[in-house]
Amino acid sequence: MAEAPPSPIDLLVIGAGPAGARAALRAQACGLEVLLVDENSDAGGQVWRPLPPGFTRAAGVRSSAEAMQGDALRDELSGSGIRCLFGHKVWNVGGSLRTDLIGPEGVVSWQPRALLVATGTTERVVPFAGWTLPGIIGLAAATILLKSQNMLPGRRTVVAGSGPLLMAVASGILKAGGDVAAVLDLASRADWLQTLPSLASRPDLLWQGVQWKALLGRAGVPLLYRHGIASVEALGNEFRVHAQQVDMTGAPVAHAAPVVFEADAVAVGHGLVPGTDVTRLLRARHRYEAARGGWIADADAQGRTSIAGLYVAGDGAGIAGAAAAGAHGELAAVACAHDLGRLTAEAHARERNRLLAQWRKPARFGRAMAGLMALREGAVAGIAPDTVVCRCEDVTRAEIDAAARDGARDMNQLKAWTRCGMGPCQGRTCGDVAGALLAAHVGNREAVGCFTGRAPLRPVSLAEVAGDYTYADIPIPKAAPL
Amino acid sequence: MPSLRADQAVQRGPAVRFVADGCAVDAFEGESVAAALFAAGWRELRRSPRDNAPRGMFCLMGSCQECVVWVGAHKLPACQVPAAAGLEIESLDFREQRLG
Repeated sequence: MAEAPPSPIDLLVIGAGPAGARAALRAQACGLEVLLVDENSDAGGQVWRPLPPGFTRAAGVRSSAEAMQGDALRDELSGSGIRCLFGHKVWNVGGSLRTDLIGPEGVVSWQPRALLVATGTTERVVPFAGWTLPGIIGLAAATILLKSQNMLPGRRTVVAGSGPLLMAVASGILKAGGDVAAVLDLASRADWLQTLPSLASRPDLLWQGVQWKALLGRAGVPLLYRHGIASVEALGNEFRVHAQQVDMTGAPVAHAAPVVFEADAVAVGHGLVPGTDVTRLLRARHRYEAARGGWIADADAQGRTSIAGLYVAGDGAGIAGAAAAGAHGELAAVACAHDLGRLTAEAHARERNRLLAQWRKPARFGRAMAGLMALREGAVAGIAPDTVVCRCEDVTRAEIDAAARDGARDMNQLKAWTRCGMGPCQGRTCGDVAGALLAAHVGNREAVGCFTGRAPLRPVSLAEVAGDYTYADIPIPKAAPL
Repeated sequence: MPSLRADQAVQRGPAVRFVADGCAVDAFEGESVAAALFAAGWRELRRSPRDNAPRGMFCLMGSCQECVVWVGAHKLPACQVPAAAGLEIESLDFREQRLG
């Protein structure tokens, strides 16, 4: 069996992105014994994902702001002496907040006094005919390919969906020497203009967006507002992408002529969904907030959930963007330090007010972006009956509708009746869209709820959980007296 | 076909060769197995359970499980496995056929 952990810890932080890493640093500064875990090989999360080990930045190339922020964070963490477990996946969390991890050396469990969940988001993709074809990847996946692997998604890529990742990915492809066949944005130009007052709170990020757009203009990339993908056909290694005009809800406009683009790759994403695996597993109270990404743990401004000792921070607690995540993580850390008796009420109030002021501006920007990425009901309503919604179990929209008509009233019934969300991804990929489909029958998202959190949160083999043991390790109770 | 690797901003690690379903794949150390296979034109990694439809890497962050392959005794998302010299991976179907 795995060795017992060497020393007790006060706070275990899951996720070493901007929120989790800053929370760990702040908690340590408050005198807490901290353990920071992440399934990736280093800190930074998705937004500040490092280059793969062995890669170095080419001489004479100016690093992006994101790369520099990520490198600075990793340097600060490694200099801090905070215990970090990278390459470790959390596969279960018990009621006492005991956290079970699986890493390269097998399983290990830790019993912290408090737990901070900073697990970020996963990407939502509203299904269309052909979306499961190899070569069609998420927008977030494309950013990982470009930023970390330094690889193009294809020679010629259609970039589609909603939100700021569209421009980030399209301009990233151009800079890396690839072609962009078209950018299809569900939002209209007016939708973007409406966010301008909020974007002005972060002129640096707004300027970055302006530069991205200018780059696309110079490259002559068609930018189609109020357009989505109706279907993708595979022709050998090439795709034929059928673009279609949509209305403000994302629903296809019936009489609009389709526009066809040829490409060998598609990067598509319709916003981010907060990762609530751990808080759902622990049965914390959740609420539905479309503008912040969907279901989120019900928490106060400092990330205290309905369960004592359980905190959430960053985009996983409701989307407010990477720039706001660090301050949010620190807010949760000082709350935790106070709750564990390591920070006086006065010191805590002072820190809280300072951090809230620091958080507000970037959060305003991030929430405006989250609004652009929010799920559009018309897009979900437009999913064709024979399109697969749950990729793991090949469950189609028609099967979900049939289950609803047969009386499925919540997500767990839907799962039990159709296997939707029962596969290895645990519903992370389809859950939000499946919820919207069922809610269209039942009335609202609150009524259908979300999939009950279940261990294992990541696939793990029975052999790995059992570990190595001999017969002598198995406790055999003394036989009862005859 | 020109490479999908973009080397404007980075110096890659050493060139390595790993084995996928018995075939040699050229990559650079540290690249994810999913990305290296993709760059080699190997997009289909498995078949879906009911429709037997082709699937490949999708989220690249270890969430969707679409790119799961066998690495020794472990089933792992290929996007989370770094390429290394001598690494051997097998697609789920390949191992099933090999073991009968």
